[in-house]
Amino acid sequence: MNGLEQWSWYLDGWIIVAGILCAVSSALLGNFLVLRKMSMLGDAITHAILPGLAAAFMISDSRSSLPMFLGAVIAGILTALFTEWIRGFGKVDEGAAMGVVFTSLFALGLVMIVQAADHVDLDPGCVLYGAIELTPLDTILIAGWEIPRVVAVLSVVLIINLLFVIFFLKELKLSSFDPALATTTGFNATLIHYTLMTLVAITAVASFETVGNILVVAMFVVPPAAAYMLTDRLGSMIILSAILGAIAAVTGHISAIVVPHWFGYHSTSTAGMMAVSAGLLFVIAALFAPRHGIIVVWIRRQLLSWKILAEDIIALMYRIEERNPQLKPDAGYLREILFSRSVSTSLTLRYLTRHAQLSHSNGNYELTESGRDRARQLVRSHRLWEHYLVEHAGMSAESIHKKAETLEHFTDRRLREKLNEDTIATDQDPHGRPIPPEENTN
Amino acid sequence: MRPFVLVLLFAMFCPECMIFAAGDHGEVQSQSSITDRSIAIPEWNDWKRVFLLEDYNTRIVIFGTTLLGMAAGMIGSFALLRKRALMGDALSHATLPGIAMAFLIATSLGIDGKSLPVLLAGAAVSGLLGVATILLIRNLTRLKEDAALGIVLSVFFGAGIALLGIVQQMKTGHAAGLESFIYGKTASMVASDAWLIGCAGLSCMLISLLMYKELTLLCFDEGFAVSRGFPVVLLDMTLMGLVVVVTIIGLQAVGLILMISLLVIPPAAARFWTEKIVNMTVVAIILGALSGMIGSAMSAIFPNLPSGAMIVLVATAMFLFSMVFGVPRGILIRKLRRHQLNMKVNRQHLLRGLYEFLETRGLLNEKQISESTFIPLSTLLQMRSWSPMKLHKIVKRAQQDQLVVTLQDDQLRLTKAGLLEAARIVHEHRLWELYLITYADVAPSKVDQDADAIEHVLGPEVIAELESLLVQQSSERVLQSPHAIEIQQQEPNSPRSSSRRST
Repeated sequence: MNGLEQWSWYLDGWIIVAGILCAVSSALLGNFLVLRKMSMLGDAITHAILPGLAAAFMISDSRSSLPMFLGAVIAGILTALFTEWIRGFGKVDEGAAMGVVFTSLFALGLVMIVQAADHVDLDPGCVLYGAIELTPLDTILIAGWEIPRVVAVLSVVLIINLLFVIFFLKELKLSSFDPALATTTGFNATLIHYTLMTLVAITAVASFETVGNILVVAMFVVPPAAAYMLTDRLGSMIILSAILGAIAAVTGHISAIVVPHWFGYHSTSTAGMMAVSAGLLFVIAALFAPRHGIIVVWIRRQLLSWKILAEDIIALMYRIEERNPQLKPDAGYLREILFSRSVSTSLTLRYLTRHAQLSHSNGNYELTESGRDRARQLVRSHRLWEHYLVEHAGMSAESIHKKAETLEHFTDRRLREKLNEDTIATDQDPHGRPIPPEENTN
Repeated sequence: MRPFVLVLLFAMFCPECMIFAAGDHGEVQSQSSITDRSIAIPEWNDWKRVFLLEDYNTRIVIFGTTLLGMAAGMIGSFALLRKRALMGDALSHATLPGIAMAFLIATSLGIDGKSLPVLLAGAAVSGLLGVATILLIRNLTRLKEDAALGIVLSVFFGAGIALLGIVQQMKTGHAAGLESFIYGKTASMVASDAWLIGCAGLSCMLISLLMYKELTLLCFDEGFAVSRGFPVVLLDMTLMGLVVVVTIIGLQAVGLILMISLLVIPPAAARFWTEKIVNMTVVAIILGALSGMIGSAMSAIFPNLPSGAMIVLVATAMFLFSMVFGVPRGILIRKLRRHQLNMKVNRQHLLRGLYEFLETRGLLNEKQISESTFIPLSTLLQMRSWSPMKLHKIVKRAQQDQLVVTLQDDQLRLTKAGLLEAARIVHEHRLWELYLITYADVAPSKVDQDADAIEHVLGPEVIAELESLLVQQSSERVLQSPHAIEIQQQEPNSPRSSSRRST
């Protein structure tokens, strides 16, 4: 038993469609919120529309959706506007400005509502669940088709958002990355900003009215953030975020039915599970993204540090050989000089032995011919750099070693030749040690 | 019809709404009429009852909210300066899964799931987990702080909602009201709640007092703190931990939105009154305490006003007042200062224009002539991009300061004091021009504009230093201009002169 026996394509299908529409239309705009570092705006707007709803209700004295919708959107836009004012005129940090505005508006709305009706009694459960499960029940007739009202509204919103993003992609891109340049090139970054804010408010209200506010905030931020981890291009980021949002909507609804059954319960809130699955997608993206993923970055760093350690080891062996050809160091001796960890040292030593750059007998290591070649080139890079730094960068002989130590790992043969040409021909580095030749002459 | 609609309105809305509603429930029942929108004017007795703290309940509520406001104001100051104002928002949402989880586990172990310590422990654990996630996302990925906050807020809250969905199906535990229990009920605060707030709040304040230096360093110069060997990550975690503790005790007592606003608004308001962090924390503590006190007192007097919302609105009113009237960072004072600077700049431009006019005509040498030559306003109009209206105003103000004298409204001359002042200004202008030419290698044709931008704010020390640096023979009182001054008189149509730039 996995809970899917009661699956009905009519009910669950519409729920998923509503979820996908909400996710995609929010994610489209969310990209720009994330890029503009305004991710919390969705949260602020969904809280701050309360006075708009209350005022619309008081003025129109009815619960027809249009005045309510308008009131909420106006309140949402005002949130963005007030935040901008407080940030600009009061020189308050953006986050704080947002916090001030939305909590105040929310409290105001609350007082208005309590004034309007002083006895409010309700069941907390229905609020927390969100209303997405009730989506298929409230239908309207469009062109002979019975479509849930929510789906119709969200489709319109999605189309508006899609058109906005497609037609103003260039402007949005420019004003997100460089508003000053956008203004100097002649189109109005402020106008774009407030259009975006208006659409965010509309999307938030439309989704909020139907699927609850957690889902709105999650869909505004999480899929674009995951897409941002995956790609460097705005176009692919937008497309990816829409796809990720849709996936989160589908898996969210299914897992809301399936997962609780593993523990012996019935289904749970779809909106909540959609947010959770979006979160999981984000975690996966953040960990395994090909270029910016945490694991990839970590592996890249680890490989680099191992490469540097390997080069340090053979360069050190070369120097030891230079001073005392009889001395054949063991792992402990090398570790002591290089301050390296025992695990990475022994791993690196094994790697070097396997690649025939070191040979070892009884735990004592010795450079092979190919290892000596590589080491000579490293030491040559190091000493050429030292020479160069003293001669051209005017650094004192004491302070150059560290710099050269960093640079030697990233110096190829051509750069070495260039360094050799640019410095006065010498066969000694500033410390008085010989600069080895590029090729073995013996 | 109307109450039904409002219930729906509430139902559509996020949980916090209901949190307040749950809190308001007890307060507003005394009103019988459902459609009564008016606020009853309270009797004298009500005022007396509240202000003399005669009611046990009022006493507890006011005491609790005041203490909470103080603690939140202090911790919030650091959070604000660290640009983490919305951290409280993310955190308070992130506590939900912990609460549900704690309830689930405790109930399945046979403990009373609704006991306060259990729920608070769960909230604290998941709050700290949320903080850790935010810090991880910020430090390990290319995403910024705001995205990290948004992700943690929504995903944790979503998980909490999903868990609550399960909790409510439990047969063993009686889960109803779990959310409202944890999400606050200001008006029905009891003594133990107030004690909890008092103890936790005071210990938070004590900790931040002990770590004042470290936290200040963290807020203003993280890099420096790292370089001096302070455990920055640990300090960061401590600060966030304090935010978690304050948020959780506040959540329990007063609700989610109120808690965020207490963390954000008083510190943001205090920022307008001072440039020093010590003063800022003190002002934030006072403002937080005042808003807690006044807000809950108002809701006790006017039975129709929910206390949580009233505390927020009082804090907002204080914020707006501070933003407009705050010294030295409020809007008015900054506008005023700017206006004064503008007036000074305009006056100096007027005097310099007059002086240079006289100079190019060679009328300066004889005092009598220079003080009696009237200059038509139209000449001045061409020297800067002044509108006639504006020039008129500037002239009028200069006349009040007795720097110029006008004749028939369209001609003016410098007074003795005006001439002295003008000479000084021109001298300073040219000093700076000379400095730019000598030391900054700016072409002589360009220096006029650059000097224009800075001459008005040069202090006497700077002038003295420039003098000693540039003027070898101090025989002349006013330096010669290093570039040619053109004052066009023949082209009345040209709006501005080629040698001048508007400021």
